[in-house]
Amino acid sequence: MKTKEKKVKGKLANGSHTAGDVFELRLYVAGQTPKSLAALANLKRICDEHLKQEYRIEVIDLVKHPQLAQGDQILAIPTLVRRVPAPLRKIIGDLSNVERVLVGLDIRGPSAPVAKVTGA
Amino acid sequence: MKRIRNTNGKEKSSVSLAGLEKAPTGIRGLDEISGGGLPRGRTSIVCGGPGCGKTMLSLEFLVRGVEEFGEPGVLLAFEETPEEMTRNVASLGFDLKTLSDKKKLFLDFMRIEPSEIHETGDYDLEGLFIRLQHAVDSVGAKRVVLDTLEALFSGFSNMAILRAELRRLFRWLKDRGLTTVVTAEQGEGTLTRHGLEEYVSDCVILLDHRIQDQISTRRLRIVKYRGTKHGADEYPFLIDESGLSVLPVTSIALNHKISRERVSTGIPDLDAMMQGKGYYRGSSILVSGTAGSGKTTLSCHFADATCRRGERCLYIGFEESTDQVFRNAASVGIDLNRYVKNGLLSHHAWRPTQYGMEMHLLRIHKLIDMVKPESIVLDPVSNLIGNSTQRDVRSMLMRLIDFLKEKGITALMTTLTRGGNHLESTEEQISSLIDSWILLRDIEQSGERNRCLYVLKSRGMAHSNQLREFVITSNGIRLLPPYIGSGQVFTGSARLAQEAKDSAEALLRKQTIERKRGELQVKRRELEARIENLKAEYEAEERQMEMFINQAQNVEHRLELDIQDMAGSRQAGLSAGRQNRKQVNGAQG
Repeated sequence: MKTKEKKVKGKLANGSHTAGDVFELRLYVAGQTPKSLAALANLKRICDEHLKQEYRIEVIDLVKHPQLAQGDQILAIPTLVRRVPAPLRKIIGDLSNVERVLVGLDIRGPSAPVAKVTGA
Repeated sequence: MKRIRNTNGKEKSSVSLAGLEKAPTGIRGLDEISGGGLPRGRTSIVCGGPGCGKTMLSLEFLVRGVEEFGEPGVLLAFEETPEEMTRNVASLGFDLKTLSDKKKLFLDFMRIEPSEIHETGDYDLEGLFIRLQHAVDSVGAKRVVLDTLEALFSGFSNMAILRAELRRLFRWLKDRGLTTVVTAEQGEGTLTRHGLEEYVSDCVILLDHRIQDQISTRRLRIVKYRGTKHGADEYPFLIDESGLSVLPVTSIALNHKISRERVSTGIPDLDAMMQGKGYYRGSSILVSGTAGSGKTTLSCHFADATCRRGERCLYIGFEESTDQVFRNAASVGIDLNRYVKNGLLSHHAWRPTQYGMEMHLLRIHKLIDMVKPESIVLDPVSNLIGNSTQRDVRSMLMRLIDFLKEKGITALMTTLTRGGNHLESTEEQISSLIDSWILLRDIEQSGERNRCLYVLKSRGMAHSNQLREFVITSNGIRLLPPYIGSGQVFTGSARLAQEAKDSAEALLRKQTIERKRGELQVKRRELEARIENLKAEYEAEERQMEMFINQAQNVEHRLELDIQDMAGSRQAGLSAGRQNRKQVNGAQG
């Protein structure tokens, strides 16, 4: 399941954007809980405000697809996974702390899109 | 999530109404000391230091649950991947892969990599719940193992959230009636490093791994078991190729079924000392004695007698190799080899130092399970002392004797009484556990040592109180007839001397009688001779008398004839004639 998802995502990413520039984000939630809704809203706002590149957000509801939790080793909800660019990053929580989200996603600021890899 | 919890709330109440329902672990010994297993539908903690067997115990709980009790299980591993885990327990005969292929076991690995995780704001561990729910649903699990839940503490820094979520997790597991085992590292001075026992208060099992005299012993203790009378001691346990075995020190109750049947000792004379019947079947017999007093020979007799009845015998030697025992037995006329050939006798020999006490016990248990003997010989148990403390040996033998009694196996154990020790004591201090005790001893007298035996005790029978000398002949042990003279026991040549002395005295007495008899004979003969003499005298006299009488009669007859003649010739008157005759007769009288 996990690998299939990857391939599909990879094809899509390669087909429409330059690899490396696009941010592939996955938000794992469990139902329409206040925390999940808050996380999604916060994520969208942060991406709009701070991320100049292309980004893709995939929301996975584990209540509907519990088997998908295993692939990305999801324990905490909500969890935001940055799959691309590497390395894999996980940010847990409702993303209310913007500073920490930016650090977690390795985004320095609104004007400085980062594609390089830093050892966090 | 709330919805699910509510619907399962009913289940929970039915579980608690049922009281202390147990989920058997299938682990040998653990179910005994815990009164039937772990609390069903609740969470138990298995804690202990690294390498003490926490994971093994919990895995065996799962695997046996599937294989023996038809309860599918879920394993959530936080430290090892399912592949690693599968490999690790393959050596114990657990095939996790097959079980998970058959959808009886669900293995899930939860990797927690603290460096990958950034916390921003509020979160919960719903992901864990969802995965657990998914795992439970996909195999219909009744049992869950979380190994080691404490890994969460390294991955998440918000303790308030984590603790609340743990509390919710245990609640969740309980609400679903899942029998759960949570493993935890032991902390400094606490049962678990992160205080998991605060959340789980139904059952806490502590494992320990200690090295004593360079021999490692694993121990298990039930620290807490709410609402259950459980064994509170530390119980040794083993992990070997068939999993865990906990060895209860004693069974809870003394309620062995006992037999009234008797079995021969293998020595008819010794049988005779025990009401002519021998030992009770299923009893425990101790043969103690000094070096070279014939303990092993007595054991061989017992083994021989068992096999002769067509029963199986297990002979475990801690001193001599199999070949040596057989050769020595053959030298006293006991052919044990033929019983090995027909499968009745099973002889095993190993060094006492080879294992720790528990391993010895386990090996014996296993052999018993394999051979299923009617009788067992342990020769000698005193050798076990060498590499362990007296208390350990005693506890091991106690457990062994308990086990043997339960199985109705007649057991003969020998023990060497070392020099300087009181004869009627055993170093292992097991005499009180023993039903029959035969003491072999050497008696030193007039420059020689002779062997003696006596029945020191034998429960439930009127046994002989005699001290009997015995000899080991080429036909085995032979008891000499009891010889007790002037309050003392004589053995060996002293006995022979005493016997000679006695027989001389007897001869003397016999001779006296003979002499008196002779005298009487002589007297009688004298008397008879006298009687003969008198008789002869009388007869001579009688003959003489008769001769006189005859002569006189003849004379008279002649006279009568003469008278007739004269009367005839003289023609005299009859009256005159008669008158003459009368006168003659009167003269004669």
